[in-house]
Amino acid sequence: MKFVENVKPDVTTDIVYMMCPMHLLKLEEQMKELEQGQILEIMTDYDGALEDIPAWCDKTGNEFLGMEDSGDFFKFYIKKLTR
Amino acid sequence: MRKCYFDHVATNPLHPDVLEAMMPYFKEEFGNPLSVYEYGMNAKKAIEGAREKVAGLVNAKPAEIIFTSSGAEANNFALRGIALARQNEGRHVLVSRMEHHSILNSARFLEKSGFAVTYLPVDKKGFVDPDTVKKAITKETVLISVIHASSEVGTIEPIKEIVKVAKENNILVHTDAVATTGNIPVDVRDLGVDLLSMAAHQFYGPKGAGALFVKQGTRIVPLIYGGIQETGRRAGTENVPAIAGMGKAAELAQKELQARMDYLRPLRDRVIDTMANVKNVVLTGDRENRLPGHASFCVEYIEGEAMLLLLAAKGIFSASGSACSSKALKASPVLLSMGVPAGLAQGSIVFSLGRGNTPEDVDYLLGEFPAVIKRLRDISPFSEGWGDKEEGGECTVKK
Repeated sequence: MKFVENVKPDVTTDIVYMMCPMHLLKLEEQMKELEQGQILEIMTDYDGALEDIPAWCDKTGNEFLGMEDSGDFFKFYIKKLTR
Repeated sequence: MRKCYFDHVATNPLHPDVLEAMMPYFKEEFGNPLSVYEYGMNAKKAIEGAREKVAGLVNAKPAEIIFTSSGAEANNFALRGIALARQNEGRHVLVSRMEHHSILNSARFLEKSGFAVTYLPVDKKGFVDPDTVKKAITKETVLISVIHASSEVGTIEPIKEIVKVAKENNILVHTDAVATTGNIPVDVRDLGVDLLSMAAHQFYGPKGAGALFVKQGTRIVPLIYGGIQETGRRAGTENVPAIAGMGKAAELAQKELQARMDYLRPLRDRVIDTMANVKNVVLTGDRENRLPGHASFCVEYIEGEAMLLLLAAKGIFSASGSACSSKALKASPVLLSMGVPAGLAQGSIVFSLGRGNTPEDVDYLLGEFPAVIKRLRDISPFSEGWGDKEEGGECTVKK
């Protein structure tokens, strides 16, 4: 897993305590709203996202920048590459 | 025999337009809202339409409304969900002594789970004093839950003032607005609350549908785990007919709210003013700041249950205290918390009027009720204290 610090996101989505698979549904929904090159931050407590979000990025051709672990929840950073 | 239903705080009859709005979802529109084809999409559309209407009724955003199965579920969800979500910030919760059992028992669950709970006292009218709230706050407090209005005594609580105190201390506020939503103006922005519970059957909607308002950006741990219904915060295939009905009931309530209040208040006032002149009958709760159709009393030396039964024999249906207290034949904890002596609290009776009640129904009640009191008084072993009420004053129990 790639860890990052001090990433400045363009949009933040807080889905802490929302059940699986909201991390994928919200990710898809939010990415549609972003411009190419913009960064999305997703906050979640769901550990399945550790595997799912990088895999989703691979599959859709977006860049997984990395994650930050705040202790209580995770922050994932995704850069939109596709149009 | 005439039948008069005066127990609208227990539940309301379904509005005919609500039933009509529900019917398609019992029959041809039976789809699962998560299904991607036509049946599913129509069910989903019904739910989202209802969400907009319920949001409109309380001035929330649609995304802030989470449908539940009942007001009790919404209360459980609020208390447990917020306490668990914020436990790293503190493990102390404040609830009033006026709360419904769905709050009080959730608070007890939290106590067993290692949280500290303070039960806020109320005054003799049933008001929670914001200063008392202020004094009870600690560095550990993460949530305050105070009922908007008690269905037992009708008193409307000063939620805005309580919110003010809470916000000075970065504490979330939940209010159980089951008795008020659709019956008096309920505006989540004006109240300033973070969470608010409601139930459809309290405003002429169906049983089996409730909702919790959760202010945008508020984290809450789910009560029911499963799928992605309600944005992954409340699992379970939705009760589509009931939710559609709740939406219709909310739309009607919003449209008719003022007219309903204007209709009920004079009827209620007539019950209160007439009964206040009957000896040894005491109004419970506040005279002015109370639910529009709500008249509650304690009658000295007489048991509430006995009054209920004799009134029911006359076709008058009312309640004595909260439903569960009534079943357990216990003195109401709400009345005891207001300082009503246990003996007097046994004589509790609540008449809650609704849109179906007519002035003639009230005439009938006011004709029969004093006669029921007299009949029970005549056979009461405690009747020697009868008649000690001072003219125009409040009734007190002899020590």
